[in-house]
Amino acid sequence: MDKLSNNQIAWRAAQDIADGAYVNLGIGFPEKVAQYQPPGRHAIFHTENGILNFGEAPAPGEEDWDLINAGKKAVTLRPGAAFFHHADSFAMVRGGHLDVAILGAYEVAENGDLANWSTGPKGVPAVGGAMDLVHGAKRVAIITDHVTKDGQPKLLRRCTLPLTGVGCVTRVYTSLAVIDIADGRFMLREKLPSLGLEAIQRLTGAELHRDGPVADLIVPEL
Amino acid sequence: MDKRVTGLAEAVADIEDGVTVMIGGFGGAGSPIELIHALLDRHRATGHPRDLTLVNNNAGNGHLGLAALIEAGMVRKIICSFPRSADASVFNAAYRDGSVELELVPQGTLAERIRAGGAGIPAFYTPTSVGTDLARGKPVAEFDGRRYVQERWLKADVALVKAELADTQGNLTYRMAARNFSPLMCMAATQTIVQARRILAAGGIDPEVVVTPGIFVQKIVEVASPVQEEDLARAGAAYPLEA
Repeated sequence: MDKLSNNQIAWRAAQDIADGAYVNLGIGFPEKVAQYQPPGRHAIFHTENGILNFGEAPAPGEEDWDLINAGKKAVTLRPGAAFFHHADSFAMVRGGHLDVAILGAYEVAENGDLANWSTGPKGVPAVGGAMDLVHGAKRVAIITDHVTKDGQPKLLRRCTLPLTGVGCVTRVYTSLAVIDIADGRFMLREKLPSLGLEAIQRLTGAELHRDGPVADLIVPEL
Repeated sequence: MDKRVTGLAEAVADIEDGVTVMIGGFGGAGSPIELIHALLDRHRATGHPRDLTLVNNNAGNGHLGLAALIEAGMVRKIICSFPRSADASVFNAAYRDGSVELELVPQGTLAERIRAGGAGIPAFYTPTSVGTDLARGKPVAEFDGRRYVQERWLKADVALVKAELADTQGNLTYRMAARNFSPLMCMAATQTIVQARRILAAGGIDPEVVVTPGIFVQKIVEVASPVQEEDLARAGAAYPLEA
């Protein structure tokens, strides 16, 4: 079956980020979004541990471990960068100052609920900034494979795993489609042209609604 | 006023059993490794302090710093947001055998609880964790049509903090992202103990660039060439460090 690679999902999400937007990318897969900004656009990236306007990783051997991102990876600074303490950092998050946060997901529900921090009671729990990031950014977007490794839907009527946030997600970029969440419903906006509506509905755990034509999801080879 | 002490051992000499200790740092950035190891040295020599409650974003990496405090059996409880790290084996073992209690707090809530503790605000409402397992048992209230969770302030008996510059009055600057929780912890602790790469005379730091005003600092010790915890961890080093 046709599906987008992680790089291609990240590329698609990057196309919706405006020049000059303040953006937080979750640890891991969402960090890829930074690589695919359209030419001429420069978002300002925020990291919870206290940097605005950081850049890509330094060359190996050039790391400064006082200059890291929330994933504890070494980063660099871009002109106009700023440092700040954790209370200010999370004021930026909860206070509605970020334009968009792009995060990963275990499950997303049609009511906007997100589960992305815990797979259940086994193991040592760890939350970090996940529960903070889902509140306050003007848009909370998710990038994810459309289904789990076992082929089960990740987009559901209701989440089954422990919630990260309630009613917080506004858009989902998957390996098959772009879906908005509005009024407690999944609204299908774009889908792979090779995939029929029935096929994508079968891979989705809640009803996909349409309020207009569904655009083709066209992404370059990456 | 001169808040300098003569050395690391003196800096940590009166930390008592059972107290709450906030430790600055996020990963290796800002980790006051020399102060922590001085506390470990004291424990090796005297058996004290012990039964500590630690507050940090993480729960230690490898066999250094915070992880070494746990490994030495000095810790009763950890309040943190993210106990995972490259090598969290020490915390994981202590958590599984029940010897260390974990209070898991969302990262921004942890920061704000510490800030509130330092600012005299006993409780506040935040949208973070509403409707999740981490809000269980906490009061929820609606403001302007949205629900918020009540969180309590967090204070400490002691804070251990790594600064870049200090002056003798305790005014501080930090280095890059090593700032993280430290300015908040300085405010929230009864006794803030700072290791600084350089201690200047009063007036040596431009008042326009002071990040932590000296009123929040009680003791300063100069550590001119501090080690970076991340470098030590990547080299596989363990406490006690070889001289």
